[in-house]
Amino acid sequence: MAVERPKGKKSVPEGVWTECKKCGQTVYNKELEKNFKICPTCGYYFRLSAQERVNFLLDEGSFKESDIDMKSNDPLSFHDTRKYVERLEDARKKTNLFDAIITGEGTIGKHSVSMGVMDFRFMGGSMGSVVGEKITRAIEKAIEKKTVVIIVSTSGGARMQEGMFSLMQMAKTSAALSRLSNMKLPFISILTDPTTAGVSASFAMLGDVIISEPKALIGFAGPRVIEQTIGQKLPEGFQSAEFLLEHGIVDLIVERKELKSTLIKFLNFFKNKV
Amino acid sequence: MAFLDFEKPIIEVEKKIKEFKIIGKDKQVDFSSEIIKLEKKCLKLKKEIFSKLSPWQKVQLSRHPDRPYTLDYIKGLMSDFIELHGDRNFADDKAIVGGVAFFGKEPVVVIGHQKGRTLQENKERNFAMPHPEGYGKALKLMQLANKFGRTVIIFIDTPGAYPGIAAEERGQAESIATNLKEMAGFGVPIICVVIGEGGSGGALAVGVGNKVLMLENAIYSVISPEGCASILWRDSSEAKQAAEKLALTASDLLKNGIIDEIITEPLGGAHCDYNYVIEQVRKSLIRNISEFKKFTPEELKEQRYNKFRKIGQVKTGKGKRPINQSKQRKKQYSKRNIK
Repeated sequence: MAVERPKGKKSVPEGVWTECKKCGQTVYNKELEKNFKICPTCGYYFRLSAQERVNFLLDEGSFKESDIDMKSNDPLSFHDTRKYVERLEDARKKTNLFDAIITGEGTIGKHSVSMGVMDFRFMGGSMGSVVGEKITRAIEKAIEKKTVVIIVSTSGGARMQEGMFSLMQMAKTSAALSRLSNMKLPFISILTDPTTAGVSASFAMLGDVIISEPKALIGFAGPRVIEQTIGQKLPEGFQSAEFLLEHGIVDLIVERKELKSTLIKFLNFFKNKV
Repeated sequence: MAFLDFEKPIIEVEKKIKEFKIIGKDKQVDFSSEIIKLEKKCLKLKKEIFSKLSPWQKVQLSRHPDRPYTLDYIKGLMSDFIELHGDRNFADDKAIVGGVAFFGKEPVVVIGHQKGRTLQENKERNFAMPHPEGYGKALKLMQLANKFGRTVIIFIDTPGAYPGIAAEERGQAESIATNLKEMAGFGVPIICVVIGEGGSGGALAVGVGNKVLMLENAIYSVISPEGCASILWRDSSEAKQAAEKLALTASDLLKNGIIDEIITEPLGGAHCDYNYVIEQVRKSLIRNISEFKKFTPEELKEQRYNKFRKIGQVKTGKGKRPINQSKQRKKQYSKRNIK
């Protein structure tokens, strides 16, 4: 339920209210959580942290996280206007994660799954060695235990600060999926806002089923890069999930509230094959 | 002939040598001692400049407009090349060329990005920036090779996959992803040679090889230095700095285990002596292809998988959450649980 921000009380305690980025309405956090972090007024999808997504999708208490503290060792000793290690440290403080993904095993509607969930707050969900390695391990675990792989993506692409180590994670994760595919084990890819570049151009687009959340921005090149290249503004809705559905690139769009029940239907469909 | 800013001192001496030769001939004067002096100076200059090229200078060299392109290598290295066009679906993307050919006695499938020499040709070839149908064409050719057990040779030379409206509409991301996955599964040897610019995903989409070779002055990067500079420094003119940081030169990439071998270029860069560089590539290809002669299809897949599987640098500790915050975090989680 949307509420009016109390007048004259500008210093509302943090963590109680959130302002919708789209319609500007102030919403109680509790209300927002109950509504799967969708604005009750305008239907705007707030981005979810990886942990929130895990909570929404997996059976309660079923998730066992792997490689919790795997972190980048800054192979290029990279620094631009700031040091990469400092950026990593900031992201760690902000998210309480060591990198932009959580992986592990759990159940959805009692079906075992090997799960990966990305977190956009951690350096734009960018994929460096850690994200690539954790995804690859999650896929290898699924091969070992003969389970389904589900990855929820949100990412700006490969992480520049690890240079070619990052780019090669695209090949590494895709090769792992090729093995999964040979074992006839399913991979369900869920695309959320935004999924672009090195992530969309590798594992995220390789699902046996590719599901997107409504209105998510999905593409190869970011809109700004395209606009600069072609020298004109992009049409409204370009690279939205709906645009991709229309062009036959994603299989279906599923509302956040329906995502878990839809996944269970797919898992039922795949059941005896796993 | 086009030249780069740092080539200028060399070009000037070369010009002087030419002038002396012409005047000497016209006026019947013997300048041979001056010419020899200048030639010595020229060589010294070249050695000086090219022995300590900065990463940014290599970026410039890799994009040199006179550099040999894929079709030059095909012409120099192969016989009976027959070009095959199109992706059998949408169009013939001229940013990528490919076909069947003989490399010595070996029947091969050859594929590569192709830049244009003239503005007109670059328009047709889109500056070697492929659309999805270009990757589709490459895939079609690799499937042909896989079916008939032929070695695949791939030349990489692209600024990147094209970032445009049509490319997005036709699934640029999906086409690259598909190639990465399919290339991982082919049971024939795939040898990739980065001959100029290895531009990010647009290069990698034909870059999942059993061996990845690279010319001395070629580059291979996760993002163009200009792109990186405009994002991280918010100023694309910082490209020089970005090039220093990205570890995109052949020597950096060999050190980091991203590529397998460096192929030497002639003094002054590949554009100074096509024959020399083509011979170097030939030698390297022969050696690398013969290495896989006794591999079964399964072994080829395995070797390729392991090669990419081990790339990445991570460290792990005691399997715990970031320090001091785990309690608070736990609390947050239980709060967030939707019941």
